[in-house]
This record gives sequence, C-alpha cells and structure tokens, in this order.
Amino acid sequence: MSNQAEHAADAATKPAAAHPPEALAISINGKPYYHDGDPAMPLLWFLRDTLRLTGTKFGCGIGACGACTVLLDGKATRSCVTPMQAAATHKITTIEGLETDSLHPVQQAWIEQDVPQCGYCQAGQIIAAVDLLQRKPKPGDDDIALIGNLCRCGTYPRIRKAILRAAELMQGDKK
Amino acid sequence: MSTSVDAGRRRFLTVSLGVGGALLIGMRVALADPAPADLPMELLGDDLTELGPFIRIERDNRIVIGARGCEIGQGVMTALPMLIAEELDVDWAQVRVVQLPFGYIDTDKGPANKYGDQGAGGSTSIPDAWKELREAGATARWLLLQAASREWNVAVEQLRSEAGQVVAPDGRRLSYGALARSAASIALPDQPVPLKSPDQFRIIGKPTRVVDARDIVTGRSHYGIDAYAANALVAVIARCPHLDGTLDSFDDSETRRVAGVRDVIAIPGPTPDAPFSGVLAAGIAVLADNTWAALKGRDALKVTWKEGPWTKESTAALAASANDLLDKNEGGVSVRNDGDFAKARKQARQVIEARYEMPFLAHATMEPPGALIEIKQDSARLVASLQSPDGASKMIADMTGLAQKDIEVRMTRAGGGFGRRLKNDFVAEAVLIAKAAGKPVKLMWTREDDLQHDFYRPFGVHALMATVDRKKHVTGWSHRCAATPRNYRDAGMKQRPIYTGCLEPDDFPAGLVANLDKTFFSVASGMPRGWWRAPLHTFHAFAVQSFIDEIAVITQQDAVKLRLDLLGEPRQIPYQGHGGPNFDTGRLAHVLNVCADKIGWGTRRNDGHGIGIACHFTFGGYAAHAFEVSIDGSDLRIHRAVGVVDVGRVVNPLGVEAQMIGGTVDAVSTALHLEITLKDGQVQQKNFPDYPLLRMAQAPHDVEVTIVESVAEPCGAGEMGVPSAAPALANAVYAATTVRVRKLPLMPELMRML
Repeated sequence: MSNQAEHAADAATKPAAAHPPEALAISINGKPYYHDGDPAMPLLWFLRDTLRLTGTKFGCGIGACGACTVLLDGKATRSCVTPMQAAATHKITTIEGLETDSLHPVQQAWIEQDVPQCGYCQAGQIIAAVDLLQRKPKPGDDDIALIGNLCRCGTYPRIRKAILRAAELMQGDKK
Repeated sequence: MSTSVDAGRRRFLTVSLGVGGALLIGMRVALADPAPADLPMELLGDDLTELGPFIRIERDNRIVIGARGCEIGQGVMTALPMLIAEELDVDWAQVRVVQLPFGYIDTDKGPANKYGDQGAGGSTSIPDAWKELREAGATARWLLLQAASREWNVAVEQLRSEAGQVVAPDGRRLSYGALARSAASIALPDQPVPLKSPDQFRIIGKPTRVVDARDIVTGRSHYGIDAYAANALVAVIARCPHLDGTLDSFDDSETRRVAGVRDVIAIPGPTPDAPFSGVLAAGIAVLADNTWAALKGRDALKVTWKEGPWTKESTAALAASANDLLDKNEGGVSVRNDGDFAKARKQARQVIEARYEMPFLAHATMEPPGALIEIKQDSARLVASLQSPDGASKMIADMTGLAQKDIEVRMTRAGGGFGRRLKNDFVAEAVLIAKAAGKPVKLMWTREDDLQHDFYRPFGVHALMATVDRKKHVTGWSHRCAATPRNYRDAGMKQRPIYTGCLEPDDFPAGLVANLDKTFFSVASGMPRGWWRAPLHTFHAFAVQSFIDEIAVITQQDAVKLRLDLLGEPRQIPYQGHGGPNFDTGRLAHVLNVCADKIGWGTRRNDGHGIGIACHFTFGGYAAHAFEVSIDGSDLRIHRAVGVVDVGRVVNPLGVEAQMIGGTVDAVSTALHLEITLKDGQVQQKNFPDYPLLRMAQAPHDVEVTIVESVAEPCGAGEMGVPSAAPALANAVYAATTVRVRKLPLMPELMRML
C-alpha cells in the first residue's frame, strides 16, 4: 500500500517538511502530505485523484452511501463531504492503511466469510466495521444495524457474520 | 493424435467461434521472438510456457489462469477459472487468476474472439463456459502428459496427473512447471480430449471463496473508476434533463475561470425516435485536471435546454394510459393464444381479476458508469467497468474509423452491473469528448447523472384474469400487459416482437392451463429502457405469482398446492424464450416443495406473522422464495427469508449462495422502496435519498439458502435469485395484514392502504 502512496505524483503533493505557509498539512496512513489546491476540495478527491489511493470509492458525493468512508482520527467519516480544510491536521486512515504487518481482523473476517460480490462498497463497509468494533468490541444486532453503508449487491447477511467473526478474532488477539 | 515437435517455433492454442457458436480449438504458429502481439500481457511469461489462451505455467509450478468474463459481482472471475483448473488437474491454491482483456481477433472467417464469449448478461457465463473452458484445461493437461511421456519414454496411457504433477507408474513425478516448456512445443490433439466424469471433480462443486478477495479488502482491486492515464483530463457532463431535449444556449465563462478547468465541449444528443447508437442525452462536457475541478466547473455552467417532445410525460399519465389501453382492450398484439379463453370465461364458475403496476427502475450500480479512453492516430485504448466489451469495441470502431483489432479494451472488476453496462453510452460519450479534446479522457458520472440517465426497467400494468370451475381448477388464464416496450429504440431488438422483454409467451402457467390468452399493449414513452437483472422476469413474476396467491385465497385453496396442481406431473414442456428449450415442471415443483418445507408452510400461526411463498423459472434456473413478516406501525419486519434454487450442477456453491442472498436482498430492496418517477418529461429522482436502497437495518438478517442437488447441465446463477422474492414478500404481507399490495414499490402503497 505504501507503494501506491509513493505514486503520489501530483505537483500539489510534497513531503510535509516542505510545507509552504498557505498549504494544508494532513497525515494519511501515517505519512505526511500537504495540499495547496482548493481547500474546499473533498478529501475523497485528494485521496483518489492526487494520491491515487483508489481503495476509497466514490458512490454518491453527498455522504449518503458510505463507499468513501475513511477513519478520521479513528472515527468513520464520509470523505466525499469532508473538505480538505476540515480534514487538515487530522490523521486519516484509508483502506490501504488498515493492514499493518498482517491483515486487520476485519479484513480477515471479510475474506473468511466471503463477503464481497462486486466489492465496490466493501472498503467503506470494512472501515465502518473497524470503527464500530473500536467502540463496541462485542456488538449486538442493533449495533451492527447502525452501519448505514449501502451495498447494492445485498451482501448484508454476510457482512453481519463477518463483523461478529471479526469481534471474535479481536477478542482472541487481546487474550 | 499427432505429437510432432517443432522446437524452433512456439505454438499455442487459439480459439475462435466456429459455425453454430461452437468453439474451435485451432493451432496458431508464430516465431518465438518477438512475442506475438495478440498474446495478452497477463499471460506473457517465459516464452514457451503458455498452454492455450488461458493458461500459463511458471517454472516453479505456479499456475496462472486467465479469467475471460466481465466480473460485475456475479463471481465469474472465480467460477470460470475453476472450470479450467479442474480439467488441468491442479490444486486451486496453486492458481493465480488474472483478468483477461477483450480478445478480438481477425480471422479469415471474419471477426472472432480468441477467448470466446466475454460479455455478462442473461446468466450465460457458466453454461457458455461449461464445455469450452473445461476443454481448454483438459487440452493443456493432455499436452503436459505427452511431454512427460516423451521425457520418461512411458506410454501416455500409463501416466496420471495429480495436483499439478504428472505421476509415472513407478512413482516418479514431474511438476507441470518442469514439463511446461516441452509441452508448449507439442502439437495439439486432432480430437477433443476426454473430460473428467463428475465423480472425479476436485474443484467443481467445492465451496470456493472470491479469488481476489484479498485485493478487494485491502483496497488494491482496480475498478474502471480507478484507472488513470498520463495527460488524461477528467470530464463530467451536464446532461439535458428533458427526455430527448436539446441544448438551447450556454455560457461557460464562469466555468472556464475555475482553477483546473481546461476545456468545455458541447455534445449533441441522440436523434429522437432513432435507435440509441451512442449517447443518451445532449450535454456539455467540462474537462479539468481533476474530478473536483470538473465538478465545480460543471456547477458554474449557465445552460438553457430546449424541452423535448415528451414534456407531458409523467408517471400518473403513463399509468392512466396503460389502464386505458387495458380497459378499451384494443390494439393489442397477441403473444400466445391456447384453447378458447372467451369460452372458458363464459363457462366459468368464478372469474378472478386483478391488475398490478410495476414502476420504472434504475440500476444504481455502486460504481457509476465511466470510462478512460485514449485515442491515437492508429489505435485506441479503453479501460472501463463493462458488461459488453464486444459492444464497446464495436462502438469505438464505428465512432473512430479504427479497426477493431487496433482497439484495446480492458475490462476491470466492475462495481456492479445489473444490466446497466450492457449499454455503452458512457463509452460513446468518452469517445466524443476525447476526439474533440485531442487528449485522453477519463469520464466520470455522478450519482445524479446515473439515476437521471439510465436505460430503465420498463414501466407497466399487468391485467390478469383467471377462470375457475366448480372443482376450483383454473380453466382459463388471461394475461394482458400494457407497458413501455423494452425494445424501444434498441437497434438490436428491432426484428424482435414488440412484447419481447415485457411479456414472455411461454412463461408459467403457459402450457399448463388449457385456455390461455396473452396480449401486449404498447404504451408510448420517451424513457430509455434496458435490461435490469432478470429483466422480463422481475417484471413478470410479481404479477403472476401474486395473482396465483389471490386465486388461492379467493377459492380457499392452499397456495402451494394450487401451484403444484398447475405444474402437474413432472415433465418437460417447450419454452422458446431464453433459458429454454424446455421448462421442467418437476424441477419448479421441487424447489417450491423444499421452500415450503423450510419455512414451515402450513403450520398455523397466531403471532401476527404472515408467511408468503412464490416460485419462478428464470434463464434455465428454478427458484422459490418464502418470507415470514410482520407489520409494526410503519415498519415491515422480515423475520425469515428462505430461498431455494436449482441451477443444475453447481460449480461454486459459495458463489451460488452469494447470488441467492444478494438476489433476495436486491429484490426486497427494490420491492419495498424503489421507483423512478417522471414529471414533465423529467426523471424526478436525483440521488440515494430519493432512491433509497435497503440498508443493513432493514435487510433480512439472514437469507436461508438451499441449493438443490442436481446433475442437470449447469445454468448461471446471477439472476434466478430475484424474480420470485418480491411476490413471496407481497404474499407474506397479505398473510400478515390481509392487505393485497398490487403496486410496487410496496411500502408507500401498503402505508396508503393500511
């Protein structure tokens, strides 16, 4: 995934060390970037068009579907309605940054339960699940039902199972 | 069988479509160096290790298999390579799957595809591939056995293969990787090689997870929207909101002041009444350095549109005109006429009638349409999420004058299809813009663009009438349908009857009721129409399977028994539509019986829950659904959802289960809330808040899927899970409330009626 981040070739993106006074500083997957373009540009387009971190998807542009969900300081956030000026100074984690040495337990559970069909919404679903499990390590049905991300393929039943499985895996990690 | 060696040349299989659609495995000979241009990069390895168009074997015995289909979530990227791996006789864990591009080739017999059919539509990927791709795998295995035979000087009949190795009678082993180089120089067999018998299957029929799931869950999987190219400008289009409207005037001075905006290009709309051969609507494209600048530039456009010829069109007017046609009963086209329905009606003890209204539907793929295109003097390259790469290739050729062989079409994993991408209007737009701009273009559609400019599932009203004798037998069946025809402005369907795609002549209960009349009435509308997952069947089954339930209620019969009585003895009856040539009444009865059993049909309930059931035959597959529901205020609670399917022999049970779960949820989502409405000749819905797909909270917790064991030839599985679910749900709502919903979407209608 760092590979993709290094593909960030846009002129607007340079190491934060060279932070010009007018630019916005932002941390994405642990790496510093700055943005000196339109401060109203949603984070989604900075991730995709500028950094080529394309795992975060565009689905509606109005924060309604959740395909663009990222973690902002650990909280699930719709990047398509988060302007760069609001995202700046925060720590962003995208789907590409979730895997550390090994897959995140949520990613692992997603594979185990064979969740994806088209797969397009799944990055957002996974990020939403990570956020949920941070807040509720043992989520109930009603907690899971609060995940409002849309899946057009109808993978919800397997998403439910995967979240419960991920909760198990994460409990196991703690032991 | 010839086994000549020609070490100076490399030989590889190629396939081309022969007479009657049969795949011919032929021989192509090319010099070893340079690599022939028609070998895809994906399968380029060491120069002598390609075995046929689908298989590369690495020296370390890793197996690379090319996936030819368009992966739209239906699982072909996993299931099709499984067929090859089975006959190649390798361990699935050894296999790496890569997506193949569109395989156009020129042959002396005309255009062909070296990979066979690559489109995604009509649930045909598995039945089309069942023989072809197993033969491709078996042929490669045959070559490897020949190579081992020569190496050891042991007769080939004495050799066997096992998990990517050839084993000699004395126990010696050679890996495919070690044999690949010499195998690739052996001439192909003259005759098709024998295939495994099903009891030898080690991969087919085994639950197999999505092969590229790791890429998906880590964000590495690439979709059409994820394609970028150096120097490409991002384009978004402001499209005319009026059906067949045109551009009056526009002022782009503000747009051109937006930082990053590079160009503004007007796009002419389609010719009214002429077949859609390119774009769907007139528009103005804004080209910019990035998506945000393009969107801002589009917002800054000042445009006035000229209304088209459909300004009076509205959903209410369409419903009125459909009902009026049915009331007057004039000008209909006879679709099928058996026996004498009029006579049956005269003699009937009871006549039962009902009308059902079906809305326009949008596809709303999670990944909106889009395309990345690069057009050069003598070549072009398209990267996009597609369902019809062949159509895209032809469209680019038509619009650029380039030969199809010079057009590279790369399909990526697609963020949903559901029939939307069988049309390539978005490719046409990208071509027009790229030609005008003289630069590569990445066309982006927003959700608003997508919901407002689609090829919608047709709108229509079904008028059903059944005649019943004093023994409660259904003696006559009339199905009159007034709808906006599916083949509106579709050049490909011009020769087909007007009712095609709206009313299927041989659909249940045709052939099972002696006196049957089916008539179609065409409703004029300016809405573009297209295929929407199990196109005709979602449109059809809701009416038919709701009506059966109504007959059962009115005549006080068991709804399962009534269906079984109609189906009668297990037998094959002719079915000329897609999925034929036969419809097996026994297989439909069986899925219905299993489904009734699973849901606990017939047990008396006193908890206010209602159970409903339905079944349907779609594209060669048989499915039944049952739901247990209750109504709590304005909430519909789905306590249980059961789906049973018979798709013949199953290639990947995990994939079929996924399609049943997804199909059921899709059907529930659509039935409960979704419709596209029109007012003043404009689509009213704009984004997900007014096209509210089901979310987790409303979806059934589980869909209990049963896959019926079958040794019948396999059919696909992508569409069978949809048609019977909506009527089963409506029947369950009736059982819980005694309110019969005859108009979709269900929830607004139910709330109105309760």
